[in-house]
Amino acid sequence: MVARLLPFGEDPIRPAEPTPVTITVDGESLRGVAGQSIAGIILANERLGFRRTSAHDKPRGVFCGIGVCFDCLVVVDGIEDVRACQRRAKDGDAVTTQHHALPRGES
Amino acid sequence: MSSAIVIGAGIVGAACARSLAKLGVVVTVIDRSAAASGTTAAGEGNLLVSDKAPGPELRMALHAAASWPRLTAELADELGPEFPHTEYEQKGGLVVATTVVGSEQLLKFAAGQRGAGVQADELSSADALRLEPDLNPAITAAVYYPQDSQIQPVIAAEALLASARRHGARIVQNATVTGPVLGQDGALVGVTANGETFRADAVVVAAGPWSGEVAQVLGVDLPVLPRRGVVLVTSRMRHRIFHKVYDADYVGAVGSDDAALQTSSVVESTASGTVLIGSSRQQVGFDASMRTEVMEQIAAKALRLFPFLADHQVMRAYGGFRPFMPDHLPLVGEDHRLRGLWHATGHEGAGIGLAPVTGNLIAAMMTGAEPEFDVAPYSPARESLAPYLRGVA
Amino acid sequence: MNQVLVIGAGPAGLAAARSARAAGAEVILLDASDSLGGQFWRHLPDNRPARKERLLHHGWSRFQALAAELTSDPGCEIIHGAHVWAIDASEHPIVHAVIGEPDGRNRRRMSFQPTAIVLATGAHDRTLPFPGWDLPGVFTAGAAQALAKGERLAVGQRVVVAGAGPFLLPVAQSLAATGSRVVAVMEANRAVPMLRGWLPRAWQLLPAASKGMELAGYLAGHLRHRIPYLLGRTVIAAHGATVVESVTTAKLDNDWVPIPGTEKIIAVDAVCVSHSFTPRLELALAVGCELTADRFVRVDRRQQTSIPGVFAAGELTGIGGVDLALAEGGLAGHYAAGASGTNPSLERKRAVFSGFAKRIEAAHGIRRGWPAWLSDSTIVCRCEEVSYGSLCSTARATASQSLRSLKLSTRAGLGICQGRVCGRTVEDLLAREAGIPNLTDGTTSDRRPIAVPIRIGELAAPPADQH
Repeated sequence: MVARLLPFGEDPIRPAEPTPVTITVDGESLRGVAGQSIAGIILANERLGFRRTSAHDKPRGVFCGIGVCFDCLVVVDGIEDVRACQRRAKDGDAVTTQHHALPRGES
Repeated sequence: MSSAIVIGAGIVGAACARSLAKLGVVVTVIDRSAAASGTTAAGEGNLLVSDKAPGPELRMALHAAASWPRLTAELADELGPEFPHTEYEQKGGLVVATTVVGSEQLLKFAAGQRGAGVQADELSSADALRLEPDLNPAITAAVYYPQDSQIQPVIAAEALLASARRHGARIVQNATVTGPVLGQDGALVGVTANGETFRADAVVVAAGPWSGEVAQVLGVDLPVLPRRGVVLVTSRMRHRIFHKVYDADYVGAVGSDDAALQTSSVVESTASGTVLIGSSRQQVGFDASMRTEVMEQIAAKALRLFPFLADHQVMRAYGGFRPFMPDHLPLVGEDHRLRGLWHATGHEGAGIGLAPVTGNLIAAMMTGAEPEFDVAPYSPARESLAPYLRGVA
Repeated sequence: MNQVLVIGAGPAGLAAARSARAAGAEVILLDASDSLGGQFWRHLPDNRPARKERLLHHGWSRFQALAAELTSDPGCEIIHGAHVWAIDASEHPIVHAVIGEPDGRNRRRMSFQPTAIVLATGAHDRTLPFPGWDLPGVFTAGAAQALAKGERLAVGQRVVVAGAGPFLLPVAQSLAATGSRVVAVMEANRAVPMLRGWLPRAWQLLPAASKGMELAGYLAGHLRHRIPYLLGRTVIAAHGATVVESVTTAKLDNDWVPIPGTEKIIAVDAVCVSHSFTPRLELALAVGCELTADRFVRVDRRQQTSIPGVFAAGELTGIGGVDLALAEGGLAGHYAAGASGTNPSLERKRAVFSGFAKRIEAAHGIRRGWPAWLSDSTIVCRCEEVSYGSLCSTARATASQSLRSLKLSTRAGLGICQGRVCGRTVEDLLAREAGIPNLTDGTTSDRRPIAVPIRIGELAAPPADQH
C-alpha cells in the first residue's frame, strides 16, 4: 500500500466517524469515505496513475492536488475533463479514466 | 533592384523576404517586436477559397491554393526534420446554411464561385452528415470546398523566415521604424530605426494592421484599419470534426463594412486534438481586452453547428487584429505617391493563405519580372481606393 | 452602501471580508471550494469535524473565529462553488462566475459589478522539472498538504520532501501526522546563502517572533519524528517503471548545480517537491492590474492595485505566509469599503511580515544553475509532453525570441493547464536558449483571459441577471 487513508481510530486529530462511499472506476468498485475527492479515493485504492497521456501514452495521476495542473482529469458520469482532486466523490459516481489519442495517431 | 527593406516580420513580410531573397535581393526585415508575434500569431491558419466572391481576391486565393502544397514540401526539404511541422492539411471546407433564406444565398454564391474556377460541390444533408456525422442535422443546404486547407500560421511564418535567412536575409527585431530616408530625387531609399539607418533600393510595408502607422512615419497615409477577431480553443477531445465547417454567414461578415460586432461560426479540429472556434469581427481600434459578449456569441453559434460541443470545455481564448481595407481588397504594389515605397498588406482575414502569393507578386514586380497574374486590382492606385487616400504628407 | 466583492476565501480573503464589513460595506465572498480557508486552512469537510483539527494547522482558532463571524453575518454573502472564469475590464469591471461543482456542466452563471473588488486568489507551488518528475507518485509539496489536511490521506509511506523554502517543514509535519514516514526534508539552498538571506539586520526579525515560534514548532516536530533536514541537497531524478520507486539526490553548489560524485539513491514510494510559488494572476491581469518587476500584483499602501477600486492581498502581492496575508487582507477590505484613515496595527504587522517575506526569497529563492540536472528527454511541459531537448532544438531552428511564437511552434504551455505549471520555467529556458535576458514579444505565460475552463454550453447560455 502506498497512498493510505489514515484510519479514523488512529488519527491524532480525532475526526468524527466517516461515512463510507463507493464509486466505480472503469467498472471496478472502489471504496472511500464521504468527503474525499475522487482522486483521494483512487490513490487510496492503490492506483497512483489513472490517466494516459495523449502523445506518449504515459501514466499520470495527481501532481499538484489543488486544481492547477490538470493532470488528474477523469470522466465522471460521461462528462470529460473533471479534475479528480477538486471533485468530491458522491456515492455511485461512475468514473472512467481519460485518454485522448491525437488525431490520426500523430505525436 | 539589389536590396530591399521589408517592414514587418509576420507571415506576409516573411513571404516577401523569402521571395526577394531567393531572387538574389539583399533583404533586411525590420519588426518593432519579435517576428511572427502580431496578427500572424492570432491567425487560425485558414487557407480558403470558399469565403471569397468572384473577383481579384478570389483569383489570388486560387493561385495560393495551388501553390501551398509545393511550398510546404520545399520548405520541409530546405529546413529538415528539426524544424517543426507546418501541419499543412488539405482538409476541405464545408459551408452550411441553417435557414431557408441562408440556403438560397449560399447556393447562389457557390454557383457564382464555380463560374470563377472554384470547386464547390453542393451536397445533400445526408452527404454532409456523412462528411461530418456530428453536424447539426437541421441544416438547409451544404456546399463542400475541397480546395480549402489548414496550416499552423506561426510555424509557417517562422519557416518562411528561416528560409529567407538561408538565402541571406537579415531579420532585425525589436526595432521601430522612426522615419524615412529620402534620396536626392525624393524617392524612398531607406528607413531609420533604433537609431540606425538602413538603406535599400526599396521599402516594403508588410506590417498588417499597423501598416497605416508605418506608412505615416514614412510620409504617406494608408487607410488600413484594425479589425478585431477572437478565437476560442477547447481542451483536447476525441477527433470528431474532420473539415473546416462554417455557417454561411461567414461570407457576409467578411465583406461587411459594419464596425459593430459581427460573429459567424467557424469550427475545426487541429493536429493537437483541440477544436478552434471562431469567428468575430469588430472595429475597436487596437483594444486588446477580451470581451465576454464576443466569446458568448461565438460559443452560441458554434453549438448551432455542433451541439455536442456543449459539454466540452473552452480552455483558452485569444484575439488578434486583421488588417482591413475599406474596399475589401489586399494592397500589393508600389505606392504611386512615393517612389521606392511598396505595400504588401490589407489582407483582412486571408493573410495567412495569401502570404506566399503576395510575396511572389511583390518580388516579381520589384525585380521587373512578369507577375503570375494581373496585379492592377491590388495596386494602391486602384480606383476604389482613391476616395480614401490623401497624398504625400 | 459600498459593495465589496472578495475573490478567494483563504486567510487574505477572509480578513478582507471581515474588515470590509467592519467598515460598513456589504460583502460578497466568492470561493471555488465548498469550504472556507483556502489552501492554508484546508481541513476535513465541515460536515465531518475533527475535535483536534488545530493540531494540523497554525492559527486554527483564528480561522474558526473569522469563519464563525462571517458565516453568521447577514451582511456577508458567501457563495461557495463560485468559479470566476472572466472579468470584463472597464471603468466598472464585471466579474463573471459559474456556480456549481468544479468542472461541472450546466452551472448557473452569475455576474457581479461591485463598487470594489478584493483579489485574494493566492498562489500555487512552482516545481522545477527534473528527470522522472512526470511519474505517478511525484507530487508537489502542496498536493501532499492538500490530501493530508483535506482528507487525511498520506500520499506515500516512505516519502522524501524536497525543494526550497520554509513551506517544506509544515508539509513534512502534515505527512508525519498522517501516517507517513518522511525519510528526509531537503532544502536546495546551502547553509551560507540561507543565512545571508535570513540574517542581515536580524533585530528586524524580533517583532516576527510568532513566526519564530511557528518555525520552532515545525523543527520540534522534526526532532520528534526524527526527520533529517538536509541543506544544499535536492532530488535530481525520480525513477520507476509506472510509479516512482526511487530518487537520486545530489548535493548542490550555491547556484544549484549538482556536484558530481555526491549522488545518492533512496528508495521511496512518494516524492513531494516544491521550489517556489507562483501567484495566481489571471484575474488581476484580466482586470488590468500592473505587476511588479518580481511579477506579483503591484499595490500601494492601501492595498489598491493600479486599477482604482481593485485591491489585492495575500500571496498575490508577494509570498509572505499567513500573517502577512491577514494584515494585507485586513487593510484591503478596509480601504475597499471606502473607509479612510490609517490602521497602524495592521500596517505595522504588514511591515514586519513583508520584511520576513523578503528574507525568505533571499534565503530560499531559486538559483540559476538548476537546468544542469535536466536531460534532453526530461519533460518540461507536462500537458503537451514537450521535452527539454525538443524545446531547445525548436528554439534553435526558428531562432525565435518570441514567447508567443515559441509556444505555438513547441506547444509548450498550450495544454489544458495553460502554462500554470510550466510557464515560468519555459520562459526561462527559452530566453537562455536565445541568449537574451527575456523573450521580447511582451507576452508572458501569466495571462489567461479564460481564468478557469468553462463548458461551451455554459458560455453560450444567456448571462444571468447581474447580481
